[in-house]
Amino acid sequence: MTDFIVRRFLLMIPIMLMVGVICFLLIHLVPGNPAELMLGPEADGAVIAALTKKMGYDQPLYMQFLKWLQMVIRLDFGMSIYSHQPVVSLIAHRAEASIFIACGATILFSFFGILVGIISAVKRNTWLDQVSMTLSLTFASAPSFWIGLNLMLIFAAILGWLPGSGYPGVIETGNISNLRYLILPCLTIAIPSTGLIARLTRSFFIDILSMEYINTARAKGLKESVVLIKHALRNALIPVVAVIGSYFAEIVSLSVIIETVFNVPGVGRLVVESILQRDYPTLQALLMFIAGLYVVVNFLCDVVYAVLDPRIQYD
Amino acid sequence: MRKFLILARKRPITIAALAVLAVMLFLTILGPATTPFDPNKMQAKSRLQPPNTKHWFGTDNFGRDTLSRIMVATRLTLGTSLCILVLIAFFGIAIGSVSGYYRPAGAVLMRMVDAAMAFPSMLIALFLASIMGPGFITVLIAVAAVYTPRLARLVHGITLTIATNTYVSAAKAVGVGELRILVRYVILNALSPIIVQCSFQLAQIILILAILDFLGVGFPPDVPSWGNMIATSRVYITRAPWLLIFPGVAISLAVISINIVGDTLRDALDPHAQEHIH
Repeated sequence: MTDFIVRRFLLMIPIMLMVGVICFLLIHLVPGNPAELMLGPEADGAVIAALTKKMGYDQPLYMQFLKWLQMVIRLDFGMSIYSHQPVVSLIAHRAEASIFIACGATILFSFFGILVGIISAVKRNTWLDQVSMTLSLTFASAPSFWIGLNLMLIFAAILGWLPGSGYPGVIETGNISNLRYLILPCLTIAIPSTGLIARLTRSFFIDILSMEYINTARAKGLKESVVLIKHALRNALIPVVAVIGSYFAEIVSLSVIIETVFNVPGVGRLVVESILQRDYPTLQALLMFIAGLYVVVNFLCDVVYAVLDPRIQYD
Repeated sequence: MRKFLILARKRPITIAALAVLAVMLFLTILGPATTPFDPNKMQAKSRLQPPNTKHWFGTDNFGRDTLSRIMVATRLTLGTSLCILVLIAFFGIAIGSVSGYYRPAGAVLMRMVDAAMAFPSMLIALFLASIMGPGFITVLIAVAAVYTPRLARLVHGITLTIATNTYVSAAKAVGVGELRILVRYVILNALSPIIVQCSFQLAQIILILAILDFLGVGFPPDVPSWGNMIATSRVYITRAPWLLIFPGVAISLAVISINIVGDTLRDALDPHAQEHIH
């Protein structure tokens, strides 16, 4: 086990290096001078030359890469071209809303997704199962930003129960009731995700229920509730946990869209802003940050998976 | 394929999904010839009309008929999605099968695929689309580039298993050429899981196209596409909610139908899933 964890940990190093190379190369994929692209077509020649020199774009590629790598290792991603703040503090400032949204949505969709999935699996092929699975498929298939706009239309515009856009930070204003600004974004991410997790849980649970040890448990005369919870649920949850873990990338993508829809100042909207404003230092840092988180989350998932399921042999 | 038809006949919902897709395909092929109104004709006096007997889905801020615009957008969205799918299938199968069949090439290619997949697909598409500027070719390249690694990964895995089969060694032993082995023995045998995966990817492509449009880096904003229609509806969300609702329903219907057909395809083609049918 320790052996597996160490090996899996070491595997992160080449992946992160590749990620770094890709992040670095992204802005050089673009034909032309990155400084020229960042400043736009109407920029003055002297300004472009100054930025080129400042960012070191006139040096050979491998020198630029080594310099960039040196900075990244010290967690220094330079200054944002657009807001002239250090990129790291810019991201830290935006992290609050995104963390709240991601955690809230994850709790919601894990709970309801697993619950609905199990009920459907146990009541398999009844009307309850068919209704909940049809709804799950519908929610999982509808475009997320469209769901968000519909929620905004119903709860903010028509009913007026919740604010429809913006988010004054809780840490900044010290007002905890500002969290209500994040309810609709959370729901928007949770609704399609619940559908997906419910469908997966159902299929895992049905697989488990057809196993022989479940028959054995029933044959020994155990109560159905004990069979379902103690024997089936614990085993069915293993793959579900793995899926929820690897669902992280999906949450990031959803946050990018949903924060734009609801105008929430989070990391997701910073991504869109930095792409549209061609603020490449910020974008590079954000991509490194997101991909790094993703690689770490995947590593943790594999470890949890190995701990939960001792049958799996890793070699 | 016969199994698919047998299974489809048993599931009314699959028939319904196939019917929806047939209608959409019909609109894609015939295009503007089918619309009740000219989708681009602006009429100031009939702007922002709610759904009525003349304009079933209402009209937009320029007095254009929403139903006609949705019908034309079907052609654009579905046509583009299918083009993208062809690109993904070609490159995904090529990269995946070569890297699964030639181990050293695979070691390098799959590490690149791993790294590419460490980024959320939408961010890469968004970035590529933004540096190339809005347009048809942009969308085509950006989305295809994002989903190709995913298919390549799947094909790589299947190829690894298939390549260990005795019939591959037998073919080698009697002197069949490498390329022929790859195409006739490896890829043809991997086809069913690839088809299933492609059907689910088609649904993903439609969604990501809508997202790119919505964020303003997809098709140019004046082109009628489902995503663009939703994006413009934001301004009129309280005054004209029908502008928001109908294009979204169109996207959802398309994606749900493709997913249902994909489910049925998987159940029909995957021998492991057979057990669950009965």
